[in-house]
Amino acid sequence: MRFYAFCLGLLIAIGAQAEVFEQTLSNGLKVIVKEDRRAPVVVQQIWYRAGSMDEMTGVTGVAHVLEHMMFKGTKEVPVGEFSRRIAAAGGRENAFTSYDYTAYFQQLHKSQLELAMKLEADRMHNLRLSDEEFAKEIRVVMEERRWRTDDDARALLDERLMATAYQEHPYRNPIVGWMNDLKNMTADDARLWYQTWYAPNNATLVIAGDVDAKQVFALARKYYGRIHVGKLPLRKPYEEPAQLGIKRIVVKAPAELPHLVMAWHAPTLRDVDKDWQPYALSVLAGVLDGNDSARLNKSLVRERQVATSIGAGYANTSRGPTMFSLEATPAAGTSVEALEVAIREQLQMIVRDGVSEEELRRVRAQVTAAEVYKLDSLFYQAMQIGQIESIGLSQHDLPVILKKLQAVTAAQVQAVARDILRDDQLTVAVLDPQPLAAEKPQQGGHAHAH
Amino acid sequence: MRTKLIPFVLLCGFAAGAFATPQIQHWQAASGARVYFVQDHNLPMLDVAVSFPAGSAYDQAGNKGVAGLTHGLLDLGVQGMNEDDIARKLADVGARVGSSFDADRSAVTLRTLSSPAEREVALDILARVLQQPLFPQEVLAREKTRLIASLREAETKPEFLSEKAFGKAVFGTHPYGWQAEVADIEKVGRADLLEFFRAHYGARDAVVALMGDVTRQQAEAIAQQLTAALPQSESVAPLPAVASLGGSSEQRIPHPASQSHILIGAPGIARNDPDYFPLYVGNYILGGGGFVSRLMNEVREKRGMAYSVYSYFMPMQQPGAFQIGLQTKNEQVEEALQVVRTTVRDFVAKGVTEVELHAAKQNIIGGFPLRIDSNRKILEYLSVIGFYNLPLTYLDDFQARVEQVNVRTVNDAFRRRIDPDAMATVIVGGQGVAK
Repeated sequence: MRFYAFCLGLLIAIGAQAEVFEQTLSNGLKVIVKEDRRAPVVVQQIWYRAGSMDEMTGVTGVAHVLEHMMFKGTKEVPVGEFSRRIAAAGGRENAFTSYDYTAYFQQLHKSQLELAMKLEADRMHNLRLSDEEFAKEIRVVMEERRWRTDDDARALLDERLMATAYQEHPYRNPIVGWMNDLKNMTADDARLWYQTWYAPNNATLVIAGDVDAKQVFALARKYYGRIHVGKLPLRKPYEEPAQLGIKRIVVKAPAELPHLVMAWHAPTLRDVDKDWQPYALSVLAGVLDGNDSARLNKSLVRERQVATSIGAGYANTSRGPTMFSLEATPAAGTSVEALEVAIREQLQMIVRDGVSEEELRRVRAQVTAAEVYKLDSLFYQAMQIGQIESIGLSQHDLPVILKKLQAVTAAQVQAVARDILRDDQLTVAVLDPQPLAAEKPQQGGHAHAH
Repeated sequence: MRTKLIPFVLLCGFAAGAFATPQIQHWQAASGARVYFVQDHNLPMLDVAVSFPAGSAYDQAGNKGVAGLTHGLLDLGVQGMNEDDIARKLADVGARVGSSFDADRSAVTLRTLSSPAEREVALDILARVLQQPLFPQEVLAREKTRLIASLREAETKPEFLSEKAFGKAVFGTHPYGWQAEVADIEKVGRADLLEFFRAHYGARDAVVALMGDVTRQQAEAIAQQLTAALPQSESVAPLPAVASLGGSSEQRIPHPASQSHILIGAPGIARNDPDYFPLYVGNYILGGGGFVSRLMNEVREKRGMAYSVYSYFMPMQQPGAFQIGLQTKNEQVEEALQVVRTTVRDFVAKGVTEVELHAAKQNIIGGFPLRIDSNRKILEYLSVIGFYNLPLTYLDDFQARVEQVNVRTVNDAFRRRIDPDAMATVIVGGQGVAK
């Protein structure tokens, strides 16, 4: 029961899909099967198109809280029993919540697929949300928030950056939820969420491994097919109003080193054939940060030594808007301001001089190799399918995306560097490190051993 | 449903028992290196790992940090190529060099396409990284600066502070408990790296693991190519023995975080320990089995006191740590500590039940195919089998060894090996008031 603030990065959506079969059941559940017989194992993933972006004011975090509650039992499978049965079948299981979706998975020997499908289908419509279990689990979630965010300076910086960059879009709220909302959440909030979104017509089932697609479809009909269609609420479109000028924030938290994040609003893939900027931005991220001698690390960490680390991030597929981001830690003796100037110089060089064919070739070679390497992970291949389906594109788009990524030109990379990475679209967040002792004065700040 | 479960469980046995394990080929290269190879042509790729007894525990007491920097600088400059050439040429063929480093082992890994054009470039670079590292002076100076910055940053993080104090509390002066400090790093010079490399990266001690799309003949040539020019040094001496804890200790370190980080433990077991399987299976029940373990049940499921709580044995060349960990808000540290201690005490005193043991064996045996379902996972097994001199039949025997474990062997092993009254406890967080 983890959650990921999702950013699969440059190589997320690429792939020649062989042996993939899909069927939509009469209740609207889309079932996608990828046959892969390398090992006698199988993975089941169910993806609900309900993530933190679907939450309303005051109940942020409820998507993730419900994810926790999904392990708390149904009429037929008492609390704790889901995990016990999967474990007894030799399985591994977990779940994750993102801005865009919530997904649950099990990995098992292929002979145990039916058990996993039966259990997963059961909790799609028979969940029992008791007040007692909720009261305990909400405390677990608050501990999770303390651990992931409140006590982690850089996670806090990211959280506040999102809350600043987005004014209207619900991406401004953290996936785990604001602490105040968690403290005031009730079991009824979780129940409402479950009733609203957990329905076969709001889900995609992905099964990959040493299976026969026909048999999987039959099992899917048997266990998921009898679940009633849900009446999904109208989804309101969110359109983030245009940013009208650069935004800057400072976050103070216990740490030793400052940290800088620069994030620009950027387009995301909607039409895989006609859009071109998202592909160019993916390649730009590769040119800046695709290997240890890519521009940012080579010039700022290795040569000028103004940063101790630096990275670029861009996820080109999401239900909502996206951002292109750079983050860096200044080296001792370099101010955050000087580091920002040095980063801007690197971007200006691309705007002015473009990128080389050699750099493009290198990115393409890495993309091509990654296509082969991904075949070593069944789980990742299933992830890729579930993710792209859940954000509103199709797994049939994966090969198109790969082809388009390979066709990006130097002029396109230069154009997005110029047109997208503009100050009016930019939010800059700086971590201002605070000494540990100042936060809460200690008496005799020494460790006592005895 | 609930009443039917147990008889069903007891009757159904371990269906996944018969399962083909990879055929491991093993030989010694002319260089002296030991080679472990699994030939598999399903995917057009090759994974390689070369391991050395050159982890942080091989540092000298007065020269900490040398092992880590030696490892870190291997691919930052070699004969004929600077660090940028290396990174660029690898990227040009889509190859990835990775590494892993712990107290025992320093390893460099390579993942490459198996098509000759790509594979040969990638292996040529790996061969030079392993055998001709230059440890350039200016790169060392820069990496020391970066390492010092990250150490200073780490000193503000409760995870790091608790691990560091825990290592010291459990291992005392044994190198398993060492953590290089800023002052140690500042002292490291290029000559230290060259000498450490010469003494610890010898062909005789190298373990080469190869997994994927090459033939036996190609694998033999690759293993030799990667190790022929390694130093011809004497075998590295084994690490010193780990002393057991004389009694319990408790250390509280103040920190402004809202949660306290708690670690409890003691020296555990070595890789070749005869109690390995009973302890491994037993620990699944105590705190290794994710959502179905006793610690998870007591601390999280029943009381909502933590997001993560676990226990594990870290089997090493010498006994590594037995470690229990959790994070909980400062206000409920005492209560959480009591729950954990009671759970452990109870576990050791009263032992496990037949039902628990059966469920654990079902999971470990039934889940065995998941341990070897990818090239990456098999590569890691090859490295561990080679590095720790485990039997070549380790994977074949795994399920039977787990099957042989019974309630008596688990309870007996825990009583002999885990003394709840001789454990080190470290708590980072809260006011840091001595108890």
